[in-house]
Amino acid sequence: MQTAIEIRGLVVDRGGRRVLRGLDFDVPRGTVTGLLGPSGSGKTTLMRCVVGVQKMVSGTVTVLGEPAGTASLRRRVGYLTQSPSVYPDLTVRENARYFASLYGVSPADADQTVVDVGLADAAGQLVGNLSGGQHARASLACTMLGRPELLILDEPTVGQDPVLRADLWGRFHQLADAGTTLLVSSHVMDEAGRCDRLLLMRDGDLVADDTPAGIRATTGTDDLEEAFLRLVLALEGQAV
Amino acid sequence: MSITMTLATTARILRQLRHDRRTIAMILVIPTLLLTLLRYLFDSDPRVFDRIGLIMLGVFPMVIMFLLTSVAMLRERTSGTLERLLTTPIHKLDILLGYGLAFAVISAVQAAVVSTLAYWLLGLDTRGSQWLVGVIAIGNAILGMALGLFVSAFARSEFQAVQFMPAVLLPQVLVCGLFVPREQMVGWLQAISDVLPMSYAVQALTEVGAHADPTGTLWRDLAIIVGAAIVALVAGAATLRRRSG
Repeated sequence: MQTAIEIRGLVVDRGGRRVLRGLDFDVPRGTVTGLLGPSGSGKTTLMRCVVGVQKMVSGTVTVLGEPAGTASLRRRVGYLTQSPSVYPDLTVRENARYFASLYGVSPADADQTVVDVGLADAAGQLVGNLSGGQHARASLACTMLGRPELLILDEPTVGQDPVLRADLWGRFHQLADAGTTLLVSSHVMDEAGRCDRLLLMRDGDLVADDTPAGIRATTGTDDLEEAFLRLVLALEGQAV
Repeated sequence: MSITMTLATTARILRQLRHDRRTIAMILVIPTLLLTLLRYLFDSDPRVFDRIGLIMLGVFPMVIMFLLTSVAMLRERTSGTLERLLTTPIHKLDILLGYGLAFAVISAVQAAVVSTLAYWLLGLDTRGSQWLVGVIAIGNAILGMALGLFVSAFARSEFQAVQFMPAVLLPQVLVCGLFVPREQMVGWLQAISDVLPMSYAVQALTEVGAHADPTGTLWRDLAIIVGAAIVALVAGAATLRRRSG
């Protein structure tokens, strides 16, 4: 089976507003797929659908061959929420070890994951005392430690310094090379080029679903920010 | 359901508390001070302290654990950790039982410290044993915890959460028989008193005060307290939704 996520006709309303307007796409296994678009375009809602925590109006979301939200998927899918969700009154290590115990991962592996996200020096500190970037990485460690087959990461690199950001993207690709599928959202276009595939969203619709090279070719520009703009303008041209 | 995950959750909650020394100190010191205050308030008639002090040993844990749990659970909801937990393999009941066990441990320590002080230093006198008072105190703490867990689902902010204490617990304190004996209340008040669990907690403690050996009424009351806690926990589990809008 080569498809990790299969979405058909996905429609979602939140707070009486249509947030996703009938999406169809596939995410292939073992890739890093970027979910890009401005704030409010529906990225987080789409990710919540894949994790199975979002009520949907219609459509199907199939994840690793099973309907999203199936109990057995909870071991196979890791979800990083946009705002860090770890216990501020526990240390980084205590957080990691607690979530590790829920996945049946050993304390030693939990400690290693803390090192992997660059928090070796902060492992004994209370999460509430960390900087924003460290806080986010503590949350990321707790998502990755179950070694899930599918990682849904909502803006994992926000607030990280450029060196760490490059480091994290390197790690994402290592994971993908080893067979993990990653769906990573960002509202920063300069991260788009780091993805194997791109899903560009705007206003609850998919504007593009292609490789970065493919998008550059169709739009005739090397700059992905500019490419996004041209795609949106082209679509609005059709609508008029 | 998994015992490992339940115990891991209990350990996690206790670790969170361990980093918050002041809260631990307050859990132990506040009831102690209040009880001392009561003792000297009724200095002229120690029998009044024997009645009210004893009841307070059961009321304190229920109120304190109610407040702690409703705030802790609200924090789990607002910080996103609850949503994260619900995307992991953990079962909802593991979360609730984890909380229940953690607060049972804390209330056991509290009951041990506070009742020992009450008996030894403040001269509290009951026919029944201190151990029974401790068991009832832990039962009350678990009930308070379960009620706090349940009502936290209806609070959107800390302002709302703390106000569930006067809304849910204060009426129980008023009609539980502490101020006016239940049999002297008008019929409808008695009926309300009959369906509120704290009435049975107070009755159970009164039984320990009056009888050297555990009575049938005491065991029945304890069963009602535990039953009410289980109902509140199940209702609390129903408020934990994996999928939301």
